[in-house]
Amino acid sequence: MNAYQEFSIIGSRPVRPDGLDKVTGRARYGADLNMQGQIYGHIVRSPHAHAVIQSIDCSQALAMEGVLAVMTGEDLPEPGDSVLGSGEGAIALKDLSPMVMSRGKVLFHSQGVAAVAATSPELASQAAALIEVSYQVLPAVTDMHEALSAEAPILHEDRFPDGFPEEPTNLAAHISLEVGEPDAAFESADVVIEQTYSVPMCHQGYIEPHACVARVDAAGRVDLWCSTQGHFTVAQYTAALTGIDVGKVKVTASEIGGGFGGKTTVYLEPVAVVLAQKAGRPVKMIMDRGDVFRVTGPAPGAQTRVKLGAMRDGQLVAAEVECVMDTGAYNGNPAGIPAFMATACYKLTNARSTGRAVYTNKPKIHAYRAPSVPQVTLGVELAMTELAAELEMDPLAFRLKNAVEEGDANMMGAPYNRIGLRECLEVASAHAHYKAPVAEGEGRGVAAGYWINAGLQSSATLNVLSDGHLSILTGSPDIGGSRASMALMAAEVLGIPFDHIHPQIAATDAVGHCDVTGGSRTTLATGQAVIQAAEQCVAEMCRRAAAEWEVEAGVVTWSQGAAHYGEHSLTFEALARRAGTMGGPLTFSSSLTASSAAPSFGVHICDAKVDQETGRTTITRYTVIQDAGKAIHPAYVEGQMQGGAAQGIGWALNEEYLYDENGALENPGFLDYRIPVASDLPFIDTVIVEVPNPLHPFGVKGVGEVPIVPPMPAVAEAVYRSAGVRMRDMPLNPPKIVAALQER
Amino acid sequence: MSIQEFVAPHSLSEAKGLLSDGAMASVLAGGTDLLVGVRLGTRSPERVVDLKHIPELTAIHVDAESVRIGAAASAFSILHDSDVPSCFPGLAEALDLIGSTQIQGRCSAGGNLCNASPAADSIPALIANDAQCLITGPAGDHQMRVEDFVLGPGKNALKEGELLVALILPRPSSQTADAYLRLTPRTEMDIAVAGVGVSLTLDGEGTCTAARVSIGAVAPTALLVEAAGAALVGTQLDATAIEAAVAATREAACPISDKRGTAEYRTHVVGVLVARAVAQAQARIVETSS
Ligand SMILES: Cc1cc2nc3c(=O)[nH]c(=O)nc-3n(C[C@H](O)[C@H](O)[C@H](O)COP(=O)(O)OP(=O)(O)OC[C@H]3O[C@@H](n4cnc5c(N)ncnc54)[C@H](O)[C@@H]3O)c2cc1C
Repeated sequence: MNAYQEFSIIGSRPVRPDGLDKVTGRARYGADLNMQGQIYGHIVRSPHAHAVIQSIDCSQALAMEGVLAVMTGEDLPEPGDSVLGSGEGAIALKDLSPMVMSRGKVLFHSQGVAAVAATSPELASQAAALIEVSYQVLPAVTDMHEALSAEAPILHEDRFPDGFPEEPTNLAAHISLEVGEPDAAFESADVVIEQTYSVPMCHQGYIEPHACVARVDAAGRVDLWCSTQGHFTVAQYTAALTGIDVGKVKVTASEIGGGFGGKTTVYLEPVAVVLAQKAGRPVKMIMDRGDVFRVTGPAPGAQTRVKLGAMRDGQLVAAEVECVMDTGAYNGNPAGIPAFMATACYKLTNARSTGRAVYTNKPKIHAYRAPSVPQVTLGVELAMTELAAELEMDPLAFRLKNAVEEGDANMMGAPYNRIGLRECLEVASAHAHYKAPVAEGEGRGVAAGYWINAGLQSSATLNVLSDGHLSILTGSPDIGGSRASMALMAAEVLGIPFDHIHPQIAATDAVGHCDVTGGSRTTLATGQAVIQAAEQCVAEMCRRAAAEWEVEAGVVTWSQGAAHYGEHSLTFEALARRAGTMGGPLTFSSSLTASSAAPSFGVHICDAKVDQETGRTTITRYTVIQDAGKAIHPAYVEGQMQGGAAQGIGWALNEEYLYDENGALENPGFLDYRIPVASDLPFIDTVIVEVPNPLHPFGVKGVGEVPIVPPMPAVAEAVYRSAGVRMRDMPLNPPKIVAALQER
Repeated sequence: MSIQEFVAPHSLSEAKGLLSDGAMASVLAGGTDLLVGVRLGTRSPERVVDLKHIPELTAIHVDAESVRIGAAASAFSILHDSDVPSCFPGLAEALDLIGSTQIQGRCSAGGNLCNASPAADSIPALIANDAQCLITGPAGDHQMRVEDFVLGPGKNALKEGELLVALILPRPSSQTADAYLRLTPRTEMDIAVAGVGVSLTLDGEGTCTAARVSIGAVAPTALLVEAAGAALVGTQLDATAIEAAVAATREAACPISDKRGTAEYRTHVVGVLVARAVAQAQARIVETSS
């Protein structure tokens, strides 16, 4: 049962408080802050994908006029075996530190080997060219299948995956799970299909490159400004990577021009801090677009083998999923997620799933919207569609027959609470798009998707201003309109106008801890902290009104922005104006580790037309149906649904990391790394389904990630139906489609 | 060496002087290639000479015989000219494919040609329309066909101190029309995997009396495929003739395989585009003469 059942302002669509600054160019992003006296950092990067660093000579650079500091990996503490964070978010320092600066060895092309700070960006880049690094070049491997072969060069001589301790391999991790008796269940199945599907490594494609500026004062205190999805995480990581006490690191988050998971870590920040410490001047660093592609963490490429067994009546009886993921040069922990979540949409009592991660000479992967799930879902959902065809069943009806609901358990063991997959499938089946006949020459595909969603730690502070306005401070960078949602939630509880509320993102020293804006958690968890703090405000205002009226606090009620008792009432504004004489300033804080997270499900319908001669695919119609729990600000929920679909369509059709034989990225820019532009997409239709999350006071569920999960299999099926040839390896770009058509 | 000097002369003679006094000079029309090159470090002129304040270089002049497009006239001004888009709908399409509205407000046909990228969109359209380059320099003025102007990727026929002044295209009759098509994976903000410019002339009976077919992005330079044109002339543009033109085009193409497409794919698709561009140009003539 949700604490709030009826809403007055939740579900409306006011303009976001940050909108005006953004459209008028006043909003300040990562590269927009300048500190007095700042100098500029530049990173020296490896021209080899795999090499031993024999020596680094910075003397010529240091001798140059205007050069104030240099650094190498030796200036960062040895990572040892320490681990940062815990649970899903845990990361070993030895996997993080070399993504900032290598030491001893480089494991991917363009990896940082040294850095220099000088009085202008031009000088810094000229000085960087004077740093002499000598390398002993080693053979590199960028293909994960080759990396597992006996001849492959080994990236880490000192790492052995759990359970395979004989000799070093490039296998980074291996996780296997099993429920029931899958082998026997396959024996009993009427129909069994088995296919292999693949997805290339791809990038989040955020528009704003990484940028920061850092100052270290005489007392060793760090003041850092950067573009990030989580400045508390930046503080924690930067402190650990530089050996500075986290209490001395203050981080302010700039406005952010996209992240999609890619800005939940640090790249430049520790370098800027070390250079600033050495130079005694603030250091600014901006990564250029090419390096964003070359050295930040992309999403893992993956190959997934899927075997499904079903009875003639459409009952799924067994599943086996084996997913191999390319983790890049260090372990980004991609293997567990496919093992646990591959079959999360379906009732399966007999299933086996395996996830493996493989080291290759490429940048370490990092989070990208529902990390690792789109890759494995391509396989499972396309196999579901292929199996539906074999059973001569409607693909949505087949899914509905097997869809999980409350009480079902998935590979993670715990049974689902109230979830909304069935509702989404029912809405999809009845949708005008699905009912419309497929146009001549076009094809249609559908797919479902799941994402777990995170809870984690959040804090909020509410300050009632003397004119009856309210400021909200949280530590959650606003990527998708969360400030508007925070204001709506406070307005709902307090009953005051939306535009009297001023939500802000406070620095790490000004508000309680907040984990990253990621895991689709901010509206749920930080929102819950806002709701709790607003409830405290209501309670205190009622208490003050009761004191004024000399009655018991319990008899005072709060509605429509005022305290009431019999004939008496006192408005929020009146209580705010008189705060000084009624008990002092009204300030409320709430911090929590949210245990209210609930998974999201979505169903997508895609129509596509393939030009049989050129192999170009046009997406002609696209509909996203998704359970949002309760949509706080529906327009921004729809924005998430559309954005996720757009990114998934790009991955399906064109996006792909291309490496040359020396392990250098061939397409480090938006010209040749083809994310879709607006004219590549139809208007993406959305239907928000609301199955309230029983664990959250307003019924909220995370909405940001699941929309990137279904597009690849939905698009792939639509392309198959239009082109007439089945392709299971993304991306479905024009040369690949023409080659498949010619082979037919 | 970074840029030391930026000059914006108001006359052609002034510009010529600035290009022939020995300084490492680069001319700038829209700058949409030059400035990208400077940023990437592939271009490092000491002096930049802006051409946009020289009237002859930005003017567009149309008379009964010919159309003269100033080398530095922006794509936007060409696309909004009262005559050029109706005379050369294919050339207009090519210019309209360059970048975005913002890019088109700056970039020029002359810059697109001088930059000499194998994938430049306007070059096949200019070749199909039999355009001539008007060049001026220390040795005086001369003219040259566009197909002879581009020598290789990034290389043009201009000599030390020379400047492209204008592009001169014969004015087409109502029985002549052009078309330009390119293949990109995306709808816009992309670079041609293959491009095709076609110009056709039909007589009253619909027989093709002249045809020029030019292809881009499938060889080191845009090519005039004379055999493809020859396959069309004298025919009613029937399936056999089109097939012959397609075959001749694929024969002439010698693309590389790279991140933008395999050689096989480019060879295949340039043929597809030839057939479609011929059909489009033909439809334009039929439409205007009916
Ligand atoms: C975002 C973006 C998208 C783009 N998309 C496309 C596209 O889709 N298709 C395409 O073909 N191109 C594209 N381009 C490339 C570029 O815009 C075009 O080539 C454009 O036509 C160049 O014209 P400009 O006037 O800007 O040239 P400039 O940059 O001014 O000049 C280009 C070169 O020619 C020289 N030059 C210019 N004028 C003269 C002259 N009169 N005499 C002698 N030399 C001269 C310059 O010195 C320079 O070397 C794109 C560029 C960008 C930045």
